[in-house]
Formats: sequence, structure tokens, C-alpha cells
Amino acid sequence: MIPPLFEYLVRHGDDRLVLGHRLSEWCGHGPILEEDIAMANISLDLLGQATMFLKLASQVEGQGRDEDTLAFWRDEREFRNVELVELPRGDFGVTMVRQLLFSAFAYHHLEALARSTHTELAGIAAKAHKESRYHLRHAAEWVLRLGDGTEESHARTQAALDQLWPWTGELFFQDDVDRALQAEGAAPDLESLRAPWETMVTEQLVKGTLVMPIAPMRMTGGRTGRHTEHLGHMLAEMQIVARSHPGAKW
Amino acid sequence: MSEVSSSSQWPLWEVFTQPPGGGPHEHAGSVHAPDAELALQNARDTYTRRGEAVSIWVVPSDAIVASSPGDAGPFFEPGNEKPYRHPQFYKVPRGVKVF
Repeated sequence: MIPPLFEYLVRHGDDRLVLGHRLSEWCGHGPILEEDIAMANISLDLLGQATMFLKLASQVEGQGRDEDTLAFWRDEREFRNVELVELPRGDFGVTMVRQLLFSAFAYHHLEALARSTHTELAGIAAKAHKESRYHLRHAAEWVLRLGDGTEESHARTQAALDQLWPWTGELFFQDDVDRALQAEGAAPDLESLRAPWETMVTEQLVKGTLVMPIAPMRMTGGRTGRHTEHLGHMLAEMQIVARSHPGAKW
Repeated sequence: MSEVSSSSQWPLWEVFTQPPGGGPHEHAGSVHAPDAELALQNARDTYTRRGEAVSIWVVPSDAIVASSPGDAGPFFEPGNEKPYRHPQFYKVPRGVKVF
């Protein structure tokens, strides 16, 4: 049986690995040099967090699959990220709205996870939580300016929010994996994070003159390995070098 | 910034960072940003990612008043002829061992 802790670490590690990769796609294409650097920095933060989660997952599993093997040698169906993070990066508005929605979730999730009874997991969460505070600030400032900016930036940002909002339900998906860890006090009840998350993102979005969507949440399956058609394409690009040159060192 | 640039370029800001362990803020470079908050964020991302700083100042570049190269003579050269303004001008009194 797969240990629930392994599954949990892979879920939250994959969120960061996939979102970090999507953000890295902006490298060299940012709207301005400084923002290009900022997105690359945040992407690297997420990649660093993914490394910590997957490294611990590797130790928990104890099958000799290290964090690189987990990142580059698993196929689409073995990825456990929410579908929100695998959607194409879209325009700058889509990217920033997604960063806001995810960072606000990460902020509350990591804050609670830092109180985990699992010492190593708590340590990883505490370190990542500091970074998430900056990621949140960065995205919130942008969404405010894009939403309350020009007619075009407002329209694009509203469209981004309308597109992404139905995918946010999966952030709070829970099953036996979560419940097993909650029973040991190792992980928080995600449902308890929904209200503070919604309050936080609503405040930022409304400040940016955006209208909260009322669309229902989508049925999604990322946490159990059922993904959109976009993840496979992304992984093909992300994994090609590692797979073409197995064991290569540089 | 009172003046909105008509070009696509954002205004320029000068960045000053304070190294860990105190010491004065020093000029690190400059960034482009549409406003003060984003100037601060851009400065953070551009100049402080490797533990170089514990504090950042950003200042609109056009708020800096600089001396011009033409001022160099009257501003700085007179000091060159006044060696007594440097401590090295004075002999160390006998009896002072450590300098």
C-alpha cells in the first residue's frame, strides 16, 4: 500500500513543480526585464519547494526513487497536482490571477502545515510559507494594477478570473490520504482553509475592481491522476532532456 | 511620479541596499517600475536574492540631484592641495605605539 504521507507530499510537491514550470515558460518573454526576473525567481522558489516535498516523499517511499526520478520519470497519470496549475500560462493576466489564487491557498495551507506533528514536514512548510508571503504580495499587487488599470487590462484580467475560478475547487479536495494524516495531526483539514482563502482572494480581486465569478466549480481529478490534455504536453517538454540522457551529469 | 511617460518605458528608480550587519545603504543599481511598491519588489528581485541586503530604499531617479562633470574642478580639486585635512599629515606623537 502506498503510504498516505508519500501521496500527500507528491500532491503538494507536484503543485509546485508544475506551477514552477509554467511560470518558467515566461523566462525571456516577460513584459519587462524586471518582471521577467521576478517570475523566474518565483519559479525557482516553487522548484525549490517541489524539491523539498519530493525529496521527503522519496525518503518516505524508500524505493530508491530520488526527487529527480520522481520529477522526470513519472508519467502524466502519476502526477498528483491540481489541474489549476497545469493549464497553459495564457497571457500575463491569466498568469498573475493564477499566481494569486494559488499563492493565497499556499499561504494558508503552509501556515497550517507548519504546525504539523511531522517535524520534517513542518520544517518544509515553515520555510515555504515565508516564500509564499512574497509570492502572494507580488501577485496581489499585479492583479490590483491590471484589474484597476486600463480598459484592456481590466477586461483581460476579468476574463482570466472567469476562466480560472471554476478550477479552484480542487485546491480543497480531500480523501482518505488527507484524513489519515489529519488523524495523526500531521496535516490540516483543507476544508477549514476554504473560508479564509476565499476572504483573502475576494478582498484582493474586489480591490482590483474585478467581479467575483458565480460559476460552479468543475469536477476535477488531478489529485488522483486524471489531468487535462495540457499536462502531457508540458511534461514532454519538461522531461525530454532527462529522458534523452539518462543519468547525465552537469 | 508626476509625469506619465508617453513611451512604453516605465520610470527609472535608483536602488540602495543595506548589507547584513548594518552599515549605510549603498547604491546597488536601478530598476524600471510603474510605481513605488513595484519598484521595491523589482529591486528585491533584482538585487537582493542572494542575501545581499536587509533593507532596500528606492528613489525616483529624477529626484536625485547630481553634480555635473563640469563641476568636478571647483567641487573636488581644492581638497587636493590641502594635505593637512588628512590625518596622515600629522606626525604620530612619541609614546603612541598602536596606530
